[in-house]
Amino acid sequence: MTEPKSLQDLPPDFVFDPARASKMMTRHGHGGWLGLTYHAHGPDWVELALPWREELIGVAETGVIASGPIISLMDNATSMSVWTLSGRFVPHATLDLRVDYMRAAVPGRTVIGHGECYKLTRTISFIRGIAHDGDPEDPVAHVIGTFMATHGAYL
Amino acid sequence: MNGTVLPPYATALGIDLDHDEDGNPVLFVDYSVRVAGRPGYLHGGAMSGLMEMAAIAALRAELDRRGEAMKLKPVNVQVEFMRGGTEQRTFAMGKVTRAGRRVALVNAECWQDDRSKPIALAQMKVLLSPAE
Repeated sequence: MTEPKSLQDLPPDFVFDPARASKMMTRHGHGGWLGLTYHAHGPDWVELALPWREELIGVAETGVIASGPIISLMDNATSMSVWTLSGRFVPHATLDLRVDYMRAAVPGRTVIGHGECYKLTRTISFIRGIAHDGDPEDPVAHVIGTFMATHGAYL
Repeated sequence: MNGTVLPPYATALGIDLDHDEDGNPVLFVDYSVRVAGRPGYLHGGAMSGLMEMAAIAALRAELDRRGEAMKLKPVNVQVEFMRGGTEQRTFAMGKVTRAGRRVALVNAECWQDDRSKPIALAQMKVLLSPAE
């Protein structure tokens, strides 16, 4: 099967598959630069992985990863959880995102971003998620936010 | 302007210091694939990263003026995206709203060609502790 070049080129009856879509989404742009990769998904959640690397360090003295990459990881993982629950790709924009930093991620460890869509309306999706570096019970960050469909509807 | 030291993440992304405005560093990042989101637009996470860097830089500048050596630990950040960022240079500046002895509240704004039309806002809370 030939891979569509971008998500915008998909036929309208396309069923969103996070595993396949992440290959596309994480190859280009900011996600590609960060090195985001697909990890796992369920009916209303998607997990992406952010491997540690020197370029992503936010505090030079400690080697702790910057908070920016964590936001981007969670933006992408939660964004994909919306399309996964909706079943289709709907162009949308992040309206807001709040991130609580529970603790610094351990330098060297891959950070997993678990994004979940807990409510879809026609044009707004409500999301939440956690980022952890090995133990989901001991997260490095919690996020909550909303997206808005810019063309078409989620339902 | 002095004392604005950006971490590896910021320099790798292409974030740099533009100028200083009333003691607050104005940072910028040029459009490149490294900050690209959906086709034609800036990634929200890259925008947030730029605003966080600007918020921390503003806080460091304020603490420097007070002569306080502090260790900073981000507690949380709330980001509001108001307009899609397009393929051009993006700026951000932080402003300390309140910096007490233990916690600081810093606002940051992100804009492109029109300063009067910010594309995103951020509000960040940072825990302060005396540096060793």
